[in-house]
Amino acid sequence: MAGELVLLDFWPSPFGMRSRIALAEKGIPYEYREEDLRNKSDLLLQMNPVHKKIPVLIHNGKPVCESVIQVQYIDEVWHDKAPLIPSDPYQRAVARFWVDFIDKKIYELGSKIWKTKGEEQANAKKEFIECLKLLEGELGDKTYFGGESLGYVDVALVPFYSWFYAYEKCGDFSIEAECPKMIAWVKRCMQKESVAKSLPDQEKVYEFILQLKKIFGIE
Amino acid sequence: MADEDVVLLDFWPSPFGMRVRIALAEKEIKYEYKEEDLRNKSDLLLKMNPIHKKIPVLIHNGKPVCESLVQVQYIDEIWPHKSPLLPTDPYQRAIARFWGDFVDKKIYGLESRKVWSTKGEEQEAAKKEFIECLKLLEGELGNKAYFGGENLGYVDVVLVPFYSWFYAYEKCGNFSIETECPKLIAWAKRCMEKDSVSKSLPDQDKIYDYVLHLKKVFGIE
Repeated sequence: MAGELVLLDFWPSPFGMRSRIALAEKGIPYEYREEDLRNKSDLLLQMNPVHKKIPVLIHNGKPVCESVIQVQYIDEVWHDKAPLIPSDPYQRAVARFWVDFIDKKIYELGSKIWKTKGEEQANAKKEFIECLKLLEGELGDKTYFGGESLGYVDVALVPFYSWFYAYEKCGDFSIEAECPKMIAWVKRCMQKESVAKSLPDQEKVYEFILQLKKIFGIE
Repeated sequence: MADEDVVLLDFWPSPFGMRVRIALAEKEIKYEYKEEDLRNKSDLLLKMNPIHKKIPVLIHNGKPVCESLVQVQYIDEIWPHKSPLLPTDPYQRAIARFWGDFVDKKIYGLESRKVWSTKGEEQEAAKKEFIECLKLLEGELGNKAYFGGENLGYVDVVLVPFYSWFYAYEKCGNFSIETECPKLIAWAKRCMEKDSVSKSLPDQDKIYDYVLHLKKVFGIE
């Protein structure tokens, strides 16, 4: 089953973090390769010619692209340890719906928070908080979205926590004040090594954002 | 598994709804089709999809499943014995999901709509990218009868609905998709020979009329 596993990644990418967490949850060793996105490696271009993006999971020389697809692949190949995706088809459909929701909303809205100002930023903040509240509703009283243990939705969402500090500083607001249940869930996740070791330090991500803002000429 | 109560809230020109129609037809599942008026959404739709308030919504024994790709996978998993759509091998599944995701991002994303909703340079750029994406799909199809191999698979179900929109794209963009991508059109015609597909796709002329209507409503020439 194990074989050779390589992850082409970029340290601040929440998408890359998803695959890191999934592999760590399953206890699967792999080679992590940092990509310089301004100077993409031949391997990356060869393994993801369509999108040329990270993360790319290479298993025995064969590429799997798109983080959501990678997490499902990892779960299916290494199905004996720490299952992430529910076994019931309806629960699976619910989990896939929320992961799709996260993909459609969280990254884009978060990006607007640090990239824009004024009314555009205010609208992005408002909608971002609304989306987090919807996710809080889905979490309910559960320990994790996956129930008693980390599941697919947890793995898809928790990486964005490493960007929360940057969003808060750029947007001048407190996510914990608005969504305490979400932050409580995050902290539970961060107690797990698979998560804590896969997420970069929030301050480092904030510095990275400040650097991006400089490069793109955003105040 | 028998005696299911299956309802599909849909809108006739929606390629997303067509995916679900095809999947249900392939599996020979009886269901109730309910046409939604998107300017006057039903209470049922708003209750069953409160987050996005969009069609299609698949309601199975009273429980909603939203998002067409999620619905197609759900249908495949609930009724696995007839016409399996996703491969059994995890790597082949990952490939199928990748191309399904590609279709969603590129063939019906905001950029491809520009083929019918814009003019001039913007339209030309959109046409060029649209054709490039179709050619990538032709490459993935290769010499296979269907993306799924000998039978319809996940990628076929996800992609073929857009065939009903091709004529509208061609008329608005003044180009021929068949000239640029003959293999893809050959594939689409093979799919259309199947009842599950031909009965799920509306007539291309009707879609073109609908697009003209949309252009009028949105004040696009």
